[in-house]
Amino acid sequence: MSAEDGDTPGVIKRFLFVNRKAPYGTIYALEALEVVLISAAFDQDVSLAFLDDGVYQVLAGNDPSGIGMKNFSPTYRALDDYDITKLYVERESLQERGLPEDGFVVPVSVVSRAEMAAIMSQQDVVLSF
Amino acid sequence: MLHTVNKSPFASPTLTQCVGHLTDGAAVLLIEDAVVGATEGTASGALLAKCLKTHPVYVLRPDLMARGIGEGRLVKGVQCVDYAGFVTLVTEHDAVQSWL
Repeated sequence: MSAEDGDTPGVIKRFLFVNRKAPYGTIYALEALEVVLISAAFDQDVSLAFLDDGVYQVLAGNDPSGIGMKNFSPTYRALDDYDITKLYVERESLQERGLPEDGFVVPVSVVSRAEMAAIMSQQDVVLSF
Repeated sequence: MLHTVNKSPFASPTLTQCVGHLTDGAAVLLIEDAVVGATEGTASGALLAKCLKTHPVYVLRPDLMARGIGEGRLVKGVQCVDYAGFVTLVTEHDAVQSWL
């Protein structure tokens, strides 16, 4: 983006990618992951939020081989290579679904709904999937 | 933060999920099918009435009109905006979050 567009080159913004849908039923989860990886190329301050049915995206042991789809869980492990380490999972969403607070495919921070709301409010850009 | 919701609360829990994540200074704008939830005498209407005590709630008028909902049926305190008002709301908040 050029300076004429009004954006100063080199500015780092806080980006939050909000994931609220279960994987494999729709393309949202995979598309979000693709965009997150693209964003890593722009040296921005990136965080990922997993809440509501989005918590199913980061569970360990997802196996979609029986439905003929590629398992993209291992891709979450690549995020660390791009210095994307701020992954937040909402505790209340886990509880509502009878899920434990461990057993994720990558290290995540489990936060309360109030904490998640605060994280959301601190962002410059929120992208929802 | 301006939160937008576009799903009917009678078909999706999105509005409830959104309202559960509001912080100081946040506003809610109902667009597309979500506008049906702003009517008085409904479960979502009660949710919005409670929400209105702490946060402004807006509804996009063209979407209301498209669905035959008169402004007189809205929960008291819900404000109608047109597309220009939508743009103004976006400029008045530091960020927008879409609850898809």
